[in-house]
Amino acid sequence: MSPFSQIVFIALLSSLSLTRALYFHIGETEKKCFIEEIPDETMVIGKYRTQLWDKQTAAFLPSTPGLGMHVEVKDPDTKVVLSRQYGAEGRFTFTSHTPGEHQICLHSNSSKMALFTGGKLRVHLDIQVGEHTNNYPEIAAKDKLTELQLRVRQLLDQVEQIQKEQNYQRYREERFRMTSESTNQRVLWWSITQTVILLITGIWQMRHLKSFFEAKKLV
Amino acid sequence: MTVTIPLFRCFLLFFHVVVVFHLVSATELTFELADDDIQCFFEEIEKGEKFSLDYQVITGGNYDVDCSIVDPGAKVLYEESKKQYDHFSHTAEKTGVYKVCFSNEFSTFSHKTVYFDLQTREEPALIPEMHNRVSALTQMESSSVLIHEILKTISESQTHYRLREAIDRIRAEEIHEHVMYWSVGETLILFVVSISQVVMLKSFFTDKKSIPGLGF
Repeated sequence: MSPFSQIVFIALLSSLSLTRALYFHIGETEKKCFIEEIPDETMVIGKYRTQLWDKQTAAFLPSTPGLGMHVEVKDPDTKVVLSRQYGAEGRFTFTSHTPGEHQICLHSNSSKMALFTGGKLRVHLDIQVGEHTNNYPEIAAKDKLTELQLRVRQLLDQVEQIQKEQNYQRYREERFRMTSESTNQRVLWWSITQTVILLITGIWQMRHLKSFFEAKKLV
Repeated sequence: MTVTIPLFRCFLLFFHVVVVFHLVSATELTFELADDDIQCFFEEIEKGEKFSLDYQVITGGNYDVDCSIVDPGAKVLYEESKKQYDHFSHTAEKTGVYKVCFSNEFSTFSHKTVYFDLQTREEPALIPEMHNRVSALTQMESSSVLIHEILKTISESQTHYRLREAIDRIRAEEIHEHVMYWSVGETLILFVVSISQVVMLKSFFTDKKSIPGLGF
């Protein structure tokens, strides 16, 4: 078997369906969102599998044709990075270009099914971030690496991810500091402003009342 | 120089990759838990496998959540109320579906963001053939495995710091916003109160016939 077909083989296997992953239940029209806080230039791969609840057999059907999930990914500036419809089983991938909180939302597209089953969906989900997205058997086959070389490659990827995370940490700390300093400024200026307004209002009140009482000849 | 691998070995590789892929399971997710809501996650675990759960509340209210872990026989393995973060590890005694639930039912209006990390199973070998090693690891190889483990620990502690920093940063941003709203609100209240004071006093004196010395 040529190395090329070997790679294709392994690549195909890497997008194998999940049979044992974390799963949860959502309503048919419900939207479920997950937050991933990641540094920039980080790849995220998400794999999911959905099953529909069948009232008659009181079990989850292994597969339902026509069932699809809409995946929407928003970046920290709430700009949509990925918005696509996938089938009952899918794999989505994106790379972050801004560091921060990315939001991954999933919801079922079965608006017509809701009328009939009104039931729930079981979603198997697996999200991998950063160096966990690398497929090492594939890399070993492609670059023809020995075990040790592959291990070193993995260590390099890990270290790179750690470095990105540290840069992100520095960026976050800077933002935190800016927010705190801005709050400090705001508190200072508002306190001064309010004290000044208080004094002015007090003086105005006294003068106004004084002139009022003088007019009424009470003083 | 191309290396051709016989078909048999290819099938062996296929078998191992299939098996290995289905053994990977370390899921960390951050999700939002609405007020008066409960969210459960299910994971299939084999008997004898060690699993561990780490969770932290990142935003919302008093930064607390109820968490429970139930085994396939409906036995409660772990149940805590209103915890901000915790760690739990256990060796599975039964094969089946374990349920991890996070509940915010005690809260009436604050929705929470919860991070959790459920790790099951050992990390698989880097390439499947490593499972079939017959010789011991060389010093180079065992050092690199050690470095790998240390880097994993570093990565985990980075996650830990990131979460703690996120809690503080989000709270600071909330304070920033609230200071603005409260200041504007207070200024308005100030104006309203001072003007109404004057108006009310004036109204006392204009309703009654002016009696000198009487003022309240």
